[in-house]
Amino acid sequence: MASPIPLSNDIETPRSEKPVLVKQGAETAPESSAEGGLGIAVGGAVVQFGQQRVLRGLNVTVAPGEFLAIVGRSGCGKSTLLRLIAGLEKPSAGTVSFDGEASAGLRSDVRIMFQDARLLPWKSVLDNVRIGAPGGDKAKALEALDLVGLADRAGEWPSVLSGGQRQRVALARALAGNPRLLLFDEPLGALDALTRIEMQDLIERLWQERQFTAIIVTHDVSEAVALADRVVLVENGAISLDVDIALSRPRERVSGFAYYEKMILDRVMTRSKDDGSEDGYSI
Amino acid sequence: MSRSIKWKQNGFSIGLQWLIPVIIVIVWQWLGSLGVISSRILPTPLSTLEAGVKLIRNGELFGYIGDSTRRALIGFAIGGSIGFILGFLNGIVSLSEKLTDTSIQMIRNIPHLALIPLVIAWFGIGEEAKIFLVALGVAFPIYLNTHHGIRSVDSGLIEMGRTYGLTGFALFRSIILPGALPAILIGVRYALGIMWITLIVAETISSDSGIGYMAMNAREFMQLDVVVLSILLYALLGKLSDWLAKLMERSWLKWHPQYR
Repeated sequence: MASPIPLSNDIETPRSEKPVLVKQGAETAPESSAEGGLGIAVGGAVVQFGQQRVLRGLNVTVAPGEFLAIVGRSGCGKSTLLRLIAGLEKPSAGTVSFDGEASAGLRSDVRIMFQDARLLPWKSVLDNVRIGAPGGDKAKALEALDLVGLADRAGEWPSVLSGGQRQRVALARALAGNPRLLLFDEPLGALDALTRIEMQDLIERLWQERQFTAIIVTHDVSEAVALADRVVLVENGAISLDVDIALSRPRERVSGFAYYEKMILDRVMTRSKDDGSEDGYSI
Repeated sequence: MSRSIKWKQNGFSIGLQWLIPVIIVIVWQWLGSLGVISSRILPTPLSTLEAGVKLIRNGELFGYIGDSTRRALIGFAIGGSIGFILGFLNGIVSLSEKLTDTSIQMIRNIPHLALIPLVIAWFGIGEEAKIFLVALGVAFPIYLNTHHGIRSVDSGLIEMGRTYGLTGFALFRSIILPGALPAILIGVRYALGIMWITLIVAETISSDSGIGYMAMNAREFMQLDVVVLSILLYALLGKLSDWLAKLMERSWLKWHPQYR
């Protein structure tokens, strides 16, 4: 399901316009980004479950502070790639490295958000966020809740919150420890169209403020184009398309946007150029 | 204003819960005093009450209740701990499950009351026999529910905990145990019922104190009012432990929408 609802006035955003945040710091040395985003390099990664090879020698690098979107059909291995970077899966061949150092599994400066919020139902909203704060620091947790606009719900049980609010609490939990890399595994997949756009804006704003590296896995191309500096397509366990999105932020969902959306979508659906059908692209 | 309405609602709901027991007692008394039910078959509630007052006066009643309760609680504590530890271990360590689960399932299917002759041969009619039987009866429901509860903790939550650096005891305390608690408490509630049933049977067959002994002793002297009194005592004690289990659920599971 896509959400091509024009949010703001129809100001033309020509796609020739200079990108503002694209690949900032792509050329900077890893050590200069000690407090900023993590730089990631995945080289020749192979992940297999039993006989089935999900990733087959996949290569991708992400610059510090970059916002990368991974798209692809279901079952293509995009979530496995994200879980590999998070340290939740081990590669049977190949490497994952952060700022030039080989990854040794889970890291405290890498946080992942899942499709379901995964809040502990027996802890209050604030105590859930404290799981992410270093040492369970209450002030840091409240600050993070404030960032997502839910400070007034701190004392409630997660079961009384709406789906979008739960995801915002999960976002606060992820942000409470000031991560240098934030991974999103289709976190907005279960939300309604309007809540999704609200969440996309929130994620974009926080990414700009906090300067962390962000990777989002999504099947919604429009979401990928709305958020990311760069979109990669995973097909058969490898990257088969890598596009820089040269649109200024905040992004308007008008002409330039549609160009990227159609280009990537056509490639995902392996449509030929002259195939003009525009019908449903939820995968 | 709203408080008094709430109080009225609570009072109404409690009244509704006790409506049927009260009606039964009234009808029973009425039939008894009309002579429809002979007092040699079933004494009336009033004469049962009189017997109770008499036994309270000479101090025997509370002594017997105390003996029975002590046996029940010691047996419950022993059997409950064994069931909980085994269920927890087998829920987490697959080697331990492979090793013990088959044996546990085999023993579980033996009615534990069938062991009474053997238990009397081993322990005589002393305390050990009754505590052993209660512990045996209580261990299995707690084992099964703890095992099931730990197995059914959402693996997504455990994965989330691991990504936030929770391991070992911290993971157990903040995710696995609270996640398994609803199932464990169902086991506790069920085990409390088994606890009383086991004790009634064990005390009736072989004992020199306790409520069951009081009933059997009274039967020898045809004091049916005392027999009925001890049956009623079991009903009240059963209700009391169920109420305690509910209280535990309300206070430990208040996050759970079903228990609010």
